[in-house]
Amino acid sequence: MTPETHRKGTPGDGLRATRITREAGGRIVLDGVSVAPPSGATVGLLGPNGSGKTTLLRVMAGVLGPGAGVVTLDGRTLAETGRRAVARRVAVVDQHADTQIDLSVLDVVRLGRIPHRRPWSASGPEDEAAVQGALARTGLADRAAQSWHTLSGGERQRVQIARALAQQPRELLLDEPTNHLDIQHQLELLSLIAALPVTAVVALHDLNLAAMFCDRVVVMKEGRVVAGGTPSEVITEELVAEVYRVRAVVTPDGPDGRPSVRFLPGGAVHARYGHDERAGP
Amino acid sequence: MTRTEPAPDTETHPPPPAGTAVGTRILRDGLLWSAGIALLLLSVAVAVTIGPARISVPDVWSVVASHLGLGEGRLTPIRDGIIWNLRMPRTVLAAVCGAGLAVCGTVMQSLLRNPLADPFVLGVSSGASTGAVVVVVLGVGGGAVSISGGAFVGALCSFALVLLLSHTLGGSTDRVVLSGVAAMQLFSALTSFVVMTAADAEQTRGVLFWLLGSLSGVGWGDVWTCSAVLAVTLLICLGHARTLDAFAFGQDAAAALGVHVARTRIVLLCATALLTAALVSSAGAIGFVGLVLPHAARALTGSGHRRLLPVTALAGAVFLVWVDTLARTVLDPQEVPVGVVTSLIGVPVFVLILHRTRRSA
Repeated sequence: MTPETHRKGTPGDGLRATRITREAGGRIVLDGVSVAPPSGATVGLLGPNGSGKTTLLRVMAGVLGPGAGVVTLDGRTLAETGRRAVARRVAVVDQHADTQIDLSVLDVVRLGRIPHRRPWSASGPEDEAAVQGALARTGLADRAAQSWHTLSGGERQRVQIARALAQQPRELLLDEPTNHLDIQHQLELLSLIAALPVTAVVALHDLNLAAMFCDRVVVMKEGRVVAGGTPSEVITEELVAEVYRVRAVVTPDGPDGRPSVRFLPGGAVHARYGHDERAGP
Repeated sequence: MTRTEPAPDTETHPPPPAGTAVGTRILRDGLLWSAGIALLLLSVAVAVTIGPARISVPDVWSVVASHLGLGEGRLTPIRDGIIWNLRMPRTVLAAVCGAGLAVCGTVMQSLLRNPLADPFVLGVSSGASTGAVVVVVLGVGGGAVSISGGAFVGALCSFALVLLLSHTLGGSTDRVVLSGVAAMQLFSALTSFVVMTAADAEQTRGVLFWLLGSLSGVGWGDVWTCSAVLAVTLLICLGHARTLDAFAFGQDAAAALGVHVARTRIVLLCATALLTAALVSSAGAIGFVGLVLPHAARALTGSGHRRLLPVTALAGAVFLVWVDTLARTVLDPQEVPVGVVTSLIGVPVFVLILHRTRRSA
């Protein structure tokens, strides 16, 4: 929609969504959305509830069809690439993963090797290496035998990230991975994600966390991308008022001069008028 | 605490690296499977010696041995027939049914992410019964459709009904089970109706047979049909073992792991419906075997389907051989339908699992 707001990656490189339009139940959920995360970057996907973040991530993962538009992986569409091949490149961490089956941490992380194995083959040394590497990277090496059901919310998210890493992806899509976590675990999890050697697209609610950990942010509203760029470029008082309909003070007080957002009370009504004026033309 | 597990191995190989862990796992699996097969053979061997006709244990085994081509039989044709044409097919079919129902239960539980899924609970067995009864009693298809074919169509219909109902109701564990209850009641009523109104005594094995299941009066033909379908279905399911693992966190998570969700569901649900249909055509709707055994087997092997499916099959086989033996001896000379006994065992387990899922939800 607004291509000038995206920094161009190498054409055809990595995972790109181009002009995705999707309806669900007669409502347009995604309206011509294009996203091209630069290789190796951590990209924050911002926007209020119902702005289409989750749907976009599901389309980019190939779990949902793109409707109109196209998702490409190194220049080929996901359909051409094939589902297993996509899963070897693109890993997904959902907002809230749970199971009724009694699985150990190791069992869950091993699921990440499924796209790498043929139906009748046994697990090889490279599978074990990937699993152990993923456990080590997420600090779970000594928790491998623990049951999933005894883990806290933050630990479960870490296990899911370890499972995603066991897929050895180059692209990682995370849907509000910090939901329901306390501050300490939110910070831990996002530092972990930001330090991973993958292109990460993270849907986030918290503007300050996005400003702190993301190389770039993309802001969505009502199924459209309304802004994209570095956190300093994008996260401004005007944007917060327009997209979230609240008043805020944004100062460059974050780490490395990144923006820091402080919300103001009673801003909602005022901001709605501001929004309606903008929405006119 | 962490030292307890590798105890037998650590003396010979000081720090067990990843390679030996795989080695011990294979060894343990081998032991588990050979123990399971040995237990199954032993169970069959013991079960055939038990019955109302007084035939000594060595005589029974000599009959079986002679039919397997080992040595000469030394009994009269009647007694030989009792062993080889009555007890033996019945016992073997019990094993096949137990294995098949347990495999169906495992696959349904994993695919629907529902610990209470089972061909009987979800009404698939009842649907198969109705299909079989319609073919047998009403003569639908004019002989061109076999009982198994009718049962397969019935099983698919009830499966479709349950999935449709539970989908429109929101698809939670409880809703799926409630939809299954509705389907089971509907198809049980249809079966009873058809049998009561249209059947004569010769055509039918009675309402009880189709609703509760019974292994009395089965022959070698039933055994071969069911064994063949079991073998094919088991192979299909084992081929999808890894795919079934991927469903642990739901179908979106499975799709994100590269699984073709819709295709897998159709293939596996049709395979389980086919197996259920074959078993129901021969033995009626035996309940709860597919519910109980997968949970027991998971406790033994963990949740990986590659190991879980064969172990569940073996456990189911051994289980039903003994349950059937119990069913035909406990009220001797009268016989309790085997489905009555499996329900008596299965319902408490059902309640237990229901209780556990409530607590975790």
